[in-house]
This record gives sequence, structure tokens and C-alpha cells, in this order.
Amino acid sequence: METQLVLEKWPGSISVVTIGAKTAEGGSRSQTVQIGGQTALPLMFKEGVMPNRPKIAFEIWDIAPVDFEQELMTAYGRAINDPFTWAQVCVDEFKADLICLKMQGTHPDFGDRSPQEAAKFVSKFLNQIKVPLIITGSGDNAKDNLVLPACSEAAKGERCLIGSAVQDNYKTLVASVLADGHSIIAESPIDINIAKQLNILISDMGLSLERIVIDPTIGALGYGLEYAYSIMERARLAALSGDKTLACPFICFVGQEAWRVKEAKADGRQGIAWETLTATSLIQSGADILVMRHPKAAENVLWYTDGLFRGQ
Amino acid sequence: MALSGLDIYKLLPKTNCRQCGLATCLAFAMQLAKKALPIEKCPFVSAEAKDILEAQALPPIKPVILGTNEFRFELGNETVMFRHEEKFRNPTGVGFIIDDSLTDDEIILRLEKINQLKFERVGQLLAVNLVALKQNADGARFLQAAAILLKHTALPLMLISNDPAVLKQAAYLLKDRKPLLYSANRQNLKSLGELAKELDLPLVVSGQNIDQVSQLTQELNACGVKDLILDTGIKPLADKIWDLTQIRRQALKKLNRSLGYPVLAIVDQADPYQEAMEAAAYISKYAGIVLIKGLEAWEALSILTLRQNIYTDPQKPLQIDPKLYAIGTVNPSSPVLVTTNFSLSYYTVLGEVESSKVPAYILSVDTQGMSVLTAWAAEKFNAEAITKALTVSGVKETVGHKNLVIPGYVAMISGDLEDQSGFKIVVGPKEAAGLPAFLKNLH
Ligand code: SF4
Repeated sequence: METQLVLEKWPGSISVVTIGAKTAEGGSRSQTVQIGGQTALPLMFKEGVMPNRPKIAFEIWDIAPVDFEQELMTAYGRAINDPFTWAQVCVDEFKADLICLKMQGTHPDFGDRSPQEAAKFVSKFLNQIKVPLIITGSGDNAKDNLVLPACSEAAKGERCLIGSAVQDNYKTLVASVLADGHSIIAESPIDINIAKQLNILISDMGLSLERIVIDPTIGALGYGLEYAYSIMERARLAALSGDKTLACPFICFVGQEAWRVKEAKADGRQGIAWETLTATSLIQSGADILVMRHPKAAENVLWYTDGLFRGQ
Repeated sequence: MALSGLDIYKLLPKTNCRQCGLATCLAFAMQLAKKALPIEKCPFVSAEAKDILEAQALPPIKPVILGTNEFRFELGNETVMFRHEEKFRNPTGVGFIIDDSLTDDEIILRLEKINQLKFERVGQLLAVNLVALKQNADGARFLQAAAILLKHTALPLMLISNDPAVLKQAAYLLKDRKPLLYSANRQNLKSLGELAKELDLPLVVSGQNIDQVSQLTQELNACGVKDLILDTGIKPLADKIWDLTQIRRQALKKLNRSLGYPVLAIVDQADPYQEAMEAAAYISKYAGIVLIKGLEAWEALSILTLRQNIYTDPQKPLQIDPKLYAIGTVNPSSPVLVTTNFSLSYYTVLGEVESSKVPAYILSVDTQGMSVLTAWAAEKFNAEAITKALTVSGVKETVGHKNLVIPGYVAMISGDLEDQSGFKIVVGPKEAAGLPAFLKNLH
């Protein structure tokens, strides 16, 4: 007797966010990247459409990285000392879908570059590197409020993804992103209610939900991975059931978390495995963009998504 | 599907005699549906109705135990699709396939490596669970290799062979260790079913799809073979995840008994990263057993850590005893560092203190397993809570100074804490990784 399959049909879907604008769209990118658009739970290909496979963004700094593990330094070689060369290697050799540019050099403790300098840097970067861009601040709220608007303006029309907006500091960034035609990263501290609340606050300012990507704040494998894993599953279930305020794609900052932990530092291959499994596990709970550091880990994840999405 | 109160009512005598203590049979049926009362409360229920209700009460995914000694483990008995709904119960058994075409020495070497794949992480022992011997050569070689397994590992065993006669001989050889047999299919159903029954062994049932497997389990069940494990073969990752998800749904949502068993997933990738990714995918998505070949410690540690994460009870984060811990050869002037009783916080601090080689005390405050910032937000890691812990743990009697190091993330409580506890507060680094440098400068 044939088994009657249990099939789930969902009324909701995840919104599609486009990153990057080509010349015809007012930007200068060589391509655009789309994420989201799922109408079923992650990897349930038989129950809905998954029009966009998860994308890998390589994390690049605007300065030579200060505290990167030797394993990472070796993987990039001398290229890592110059942001432009570093990014070009990621695009040419490692097939980066996206570059995630972290403006670390604007941090008071890491060079304290001015907003003007940051804007100039972004302009130059956009001139040289042609893949769609994610821009993040240095994590110093006060400084980011000055730096990110300047970067946003410098990248006007390029449809970047810029972050991060947090619950008690989102207005400045939302206003800039809205004015310059970008999308925004909304960061919540492993808390589904705050994620929802922040999305509402942002959309209340006029930036539509279709221009928001959620950063659920992830922990690395062995360091709280399961919290984000479950928060993402819950958010996806709510979104597919029809809650539009949670129906945004996810961005997960995998590389920075994975390479912080003891196990990753202890052994090169273990570090790569750590970053790899952190990323693939989060893909299973719905990650749309994985911001990664090690090219070998990125290659692994690409193999994984290629396999999953082959023939879909 | 679970029986409703009305379904159960139809099975009761409908006399409303009140012997069960309730006014009507319907009321009793409602209590049964909620599992609030046992069926024995009604003296008049028919044997047939009792059978139906008892079958109904069985777990939707049958628990199966593998192995016999201290390394035995249970799989199955899962109750939810998503870990946040309750928790995943029985961590996926991680096993290794060994080919009998290897030489004796190679097999022994592998077994020794496998036996050593044990790691301690955040206070838990992470270990591998199973060794599977696969027949590639002739039957005599398989038996020789099985004898080596018997002697060189205490882990639960599994036998993989296409030849029922050879499988039978090997099963008899290992019978005291209750090996898992692989596997029953359409052709050998009868002989393997009999063997499993004869020796009371768990049996894997293989088919290419869910329908085939379901058909086979029904036939085996009818012959009285009960401890089954399902296998839908090696297939592309997305298809395998679909099978695993569908089988879990069949068991939980439809109470489909023919698929209410743990599932086995064999990973067939030569590259260790690819093998680890696939194994991790099956661990997250419902596999009861995952079989791999790679023996590298880094690969095993990353897979086992993922399993530890996924199988942590979301309602009960790993906690340690909240008290004062002495690390190294402490004396009354050793520094005191305070953190939460969330295992991850404590063990991260512990690791750094140990590597700094500076003897120190760690005071673990009862935050009900919350991490530093979460506990601070929930007011379980504030001036009051820490002051109380200082008193209860006997810090004042143990050390001869009044300095306390707090995590950098809660620098804002320094003032309050200093007032309430009378200790001088030193703000430590935000990340535990900064502790060795910090501790060395403290002296
Ligand atoms: S004891 Fe049995 S027959 Fe009597 S009322 Fe209760 S359920 Fe009905």
C-alpha cells in the first residue's frame, strides 16, 4: 500500500531581497544577487519553491586584519594586507557571490578613520570591486552613526545591504538607507520578539519589509549555535504561516563567530570544519547569506549548496 | 493519529456505572484521551478495547537499544519535529564503517583510533557509539574480521553483509554483544527476520523508498520482529533529508506504526569536510544513527559538538553547580573571578584560567543556566545576586582579600556591586580569551 505523504502547504512566503544594481538600474555592479523567496521550510524542495540558493559573502576589512588566526592569514597570503587585492582574490579565485565590507578601520581603537575617509574608501572600493556589496560598521554605535550614513551616501544607487540597525539605534541608519536606495540588516540578540519589533519599527519609518534582512545573532558551533538555529526555525514557521513582519531573509555572520573559539584556533583543519559546520547547520534552519572568512570553508559550503540545489 | 475522547468512548461499555469515579463513560473517555487516568480504573472494559488503547499509548517512534555493556545506547522515542517544541531526546548514534578487506593490523589500528575518540566539552563527555563491519571479501574473511572487532572494541557492533548465511555465522559469533544486523530486504526478509528473532537482535530494514520500507516493517512485525531500524539507502542529500523528514512526520503526525522506528543514514563521501557536512545534516534532521568512515579527531569533534548542540534541551541549558571553584594551587591571595552557572560561560572561563597557569578561584553564580548578558538582563547576574553568591559560597572565609573580577560585559554593575558587597570590583575583559593576559598583569 502506498504511504500517504504528509505534505505541508504554507500561506506565507519569504520576501525577495535584491542586492546590487547594474548600470541600467542606476548602479555599477556586474551582477545582482537575489535572496529569499522561499514558500516552504528550508530544503523542503517538494513542498514549495526555493528560487534562490543561500549565498556566500566574503568578509573583507577596510584595513589589514588585526587579530585574524594564522590559518586565515596563510589562506589569503599577502593579498590580505590590501583590502582591494584581498577582495579581488575572493571574487576571482573563490567565486564570492558578495563581498561584506566591514569598516573596522573607523573604530576608535582600530585607527579611528573619519566618516569622510570611510566614504572615500567605499567609493574607491565600488570602482574596483564589481560584485554586490554588504557594508557593516565597526560595532561602535556612536561612530557607526556617523560612518554608515557617509558610506551609504557614497554608495547611493548601488543597492547595497547595510548594517546593522539594532533596537535602540536604528533611526539614523534607516533614514540613510531609505534616502540612498539600499537595504538594511536588522540585528536582534537571539530574540524572535525583538526581531519582529525591530522590523516593525523600521518599516514604520517607511523602509519596506522587503528591504530588511534579519541578523538573528548566531553563536558558533559549540558556542550557542543551537539558540540561533531554533530562533530561525521558529521565525520561519511564523513567516510561512503568514507573519509578514518575520518574512525576511536571514544573514548569518559565521566567520567572525567560528574563528573566535578555542577549537577553531587549536587546529587549522578543525577551524575550517568549525566554520563549515556552523554555516551548513544554519542553512538547514534558513540562512540566506553566510558571511564567511576562510576560503576553504566557503568552498565546502558551496559544494553543500550546489549539491542541495542541483536539479531544483 | 491520536485517538480522541469520542473515539475512546466508543470502545467503553457505555453503562455509566460510575465505578471509575466519574459520572459517565464519556467523562472517563475524555480523561483517558488526556492520559490523566489509567484504563485500569474501569473494571468492565473489554480486552480488545484495552489492547487498542495500550497500543495507542506506545511511543510513536519505537525506542531501540543497541549494545549490551556500558556503551549501549537508546535511539528513537522522539516526540517532536522541531527542538523548540520540547527537545530531541536520544542523540544520534555516530558510528564508523570498517571494511573487512583491510588487513588485521589496519583494522586493529582503526579500532584503537575509534576507541580513543572521546572529548570533554562543557562538562559533558562526547563519544562515538558504534562500529560497523562491512563485508567486501569472502565469508571467511568477514568472520575473521568480526572476531577482531569482538576483541578490540567494547563499542556496540553492527554487521553489514549481503549474504544471509555469512551474516548468520557472524551474528552467532558476536551474539552476546547483540550486534545490529544490516539488512533485511525483499529477498532475504524471511531468513533475516528469523535470525533476528532467534538471537533477539535489532535489524535494519532497507528499501529504496518509504513505501518499500513500510511494507517490509509490517511483514517483519507480523512475524514478531520488533526492534527495527529503517534505511532508505544512499541518495542525494536533499532526497535523504526529505526521506528523514517524511518518516518523522509519518510517525509523529499520523502515528504510522510501520514507519515508527529510528532511521539510519550512511554517509558516502571520501572528503572529510564533505563527510562531516553530510553527517551534520542528518544529525540535525532526525537520523537515529549516522555512519561515516573518517577517523580524524577534528572531524569527529566537530560532528559530536554539533550533535551536542542540537540535542541540548532548549528549556534546560547545560548548567553547573553554582559554587566557588578552586583552579590550580590556590592560596588566600589568589584572584576571584565571577561568572554565571551556564556551562558554556563557566567552561570558557575555566579553559582560559587554566591556560594562563595563574591559580584562581571562579565563583559561579546561580543564574539558572543563563549566560552573562542574558542573566544580567533578567536580573539574575546583578549586584544583589552576586553579593548573595559571595556570602553563600564562603568566599569571604576562603580568601584573604576583598577583590572581585567581573566580566567586562557587566562593567555597569561595578558601582552597585561595590556598595552592596563591600568588595573592590575589578572589571575584567569582555571575552574570556582576554583572561590570560589580564591575569598575568594582575600580579
Ligand atoms: S467504570 Fe467503565 S463502564 Fe463504568 S462509568 Fe466508568 S468507564 Fe463507564
